[in-house]
Amino acid sequence: MTAVVSAKHLGLIFSTNDGPVNALSDVNLEISKGEFVSFIGPSGCGKTTFLRVIADLEQPTSGTIEVNGMTPSEARQKRAYGYVFQAPALYPWRTIEKNVALPLEIIGFDDAEKRARIKRTLDLVNLTGFEQKYPWQLSGGMQQRASIARALAFDADLLLMDEPFGALDEIVRDHLNSELLKLWATTQKTIAFVTHSIPEAVYLSTKIVVMSPRPGRVTDIIDSTLPKERPLEIRETPEFLAIAHRVREGLRAGHSYEV
Amino acid sequence: MGKGRVLPVIIVLLMLLVVWYAASIWLNAAWQLDIYGRGGVSSWSWTQFVLDAWSQDRPVLPSPHQVAADFWKSTVGLDIGSKKSLVYHSWVTLSATLLGFLIGTVFGIVLAILIVHNDASDRSLMPWIIASQTVPIVALAPMFVVVTYNLLTGDNIIAHSFHLTGDSARLVSKALISTYLSFFPVVVGMVKGFRSPEAIQLDLMHTYNASASKTFWKLRFPIALPYLFTSMKVGVAASLVGAIVGELPTGAVAGLGARLLGGSYYGQTVQIWSALFAAALLAGLLVVAVGVVERLVTRRMGARP
Repeated sequence: MTAVVSAKHLGLIFSTNDGPVNALSDVNLEISKGEFVSFIGPSGCGKTTFLRVIADLEQPTSGTIEVNGMTPSEARQKRAYGYVFQAPALYPWRTIEKNVALPLEIIGFDDAEKRARIKRTLDLVNLTGFEQKYPWQLSGGMQQRASIARALAFDADLLLMDEPFGALDEIVRDHLNSELLKLWATTQKTIAFVTHSIPEAVYLSTKIVVMSPRPGRVTDIIDSTLPKERPLEIRETPEFLAIAHRVREGLRAGHSYEV
Repeated sequence: MGKGRVLPVIIVLLMLLVVWYAASIWLNAAWQLDIYGRGGVSSWSWTQFVLDAWSQDRPVLPSPHQVAADFWKSTVGLDIGSKKSLVYHSWVTLSATLLGFLIGTVFGIVLAILIVHNDASDRSLMPWIIASQTVPIVALAPMFVVVTYNLLTGDNIIAHSFHLTGDSARLVSKALISTYLSFFPVVVGMVKGFRSPEAIQLDLMHTYNASASKTFWKLRFPIALPYLFTSMKVGVAASLVGAIVGELPTGAVAGLGARLLGGSYYGQTVQIWSALFAAALLAGLLVVAVGVVERLVTRRMGARP
């Protein structure tokens, strides 16, 4: 297995008005091709920052990181990843179809290829029939699905997702989680997924990275023993609960309230 | 206009008319008494006095019906080509307004693009842009118009490269005053508009490795369009003011500004007021026109109905 992301002694210190903030400290991590890796931890633990470093949206201040064997900046220029943000960030003046077309227009696909890709990705996220709708005509869950379609449209092998379902209610979230697993199985993508929900992390991941704040660091890396096929009911099995327990313990151990 | 809005508008209009009629009795009374005194009229009824005060030749404040009659006579009642027709004068002013507004809008957008994309131009241009608007335009207009007119018609490289006739040179020099006034709201609005994308939207473009020009055309420009229309509504009204001011002190023979100035030379207050109404009507129509374009564009951009 080849490493899609490989971080060694990665550190990032933000200089703020209140002095330096140690957002990431000595992070060592490998993400292999085809893995589904979740990052979980309380706010301020650096999980989003780590994702943004992979995406070349933040610059590390120490250590090294490679994405597909390149620097994050080179990987970004090769459009190595699709990024799904916390908010759908759809352009309100574009229809759903045009929103999915946005990266394709920027990369410069021809019209036939664009149409084919829009159709395929909207189909993947079950939004066929909503091509001509504007974002405000869709529910929050559908908007986030459209933004996933947009991240998938140009066929990057790596999908970076920053709490994509954080703003949605539990029922919609459950539904989208199982959809996401199906999508992961069909597309064989590598997914890095930031969340603050323990069941979500355990349900989705092949590997769970537990992080803790001040300084942001990795406290535990758990390889999931759950099978690849995961119906929603799997969340009541002892195996699932055991992993969830270990995640919870990891969070408790690393969580310092004093500082 | 909805049903509920007609009545309030009519009531306000009626109140204004009442105040206006009353004011025109009050302001014209002294002159009316003077007329009676010189004419040897010693006994007059109040009704007679009021009616006379409302129909003087050169009243201090003409009554509404005098203005309305003059307005009607000089628009509908005259051939459009006539030098006394308000339609003709309005067109002269309107053409300078539109030309100046067009140049001002484009110029404003270009400046805003420079300011947003380049820190140095942000710091160097913005103070000058703001300073430009603190100079009273009435003081600047005569010099401005005379200098540009001479530049455009004289024996120099600018005149030789444009080959303008005297009339077009006059039009352009007036239009530049409109430009001077109308580019400002566009710059200020568009700088704000171009900077209005959220961090997450800019991050998204960054993840696609989008160039600055792609980011501009696909994100900054469309997101700034609502700001553009708001600025254009202010700008188009300012443009009209600019064109009129450009006609006032420069001996222009045509245009609403020339009409206003002519009226005040000869004490033709009624003529001044109907020119003022023509200007107000024109400004209203221009703002409405921008509003209509705005509605068409925002509908095409998927705004909620």
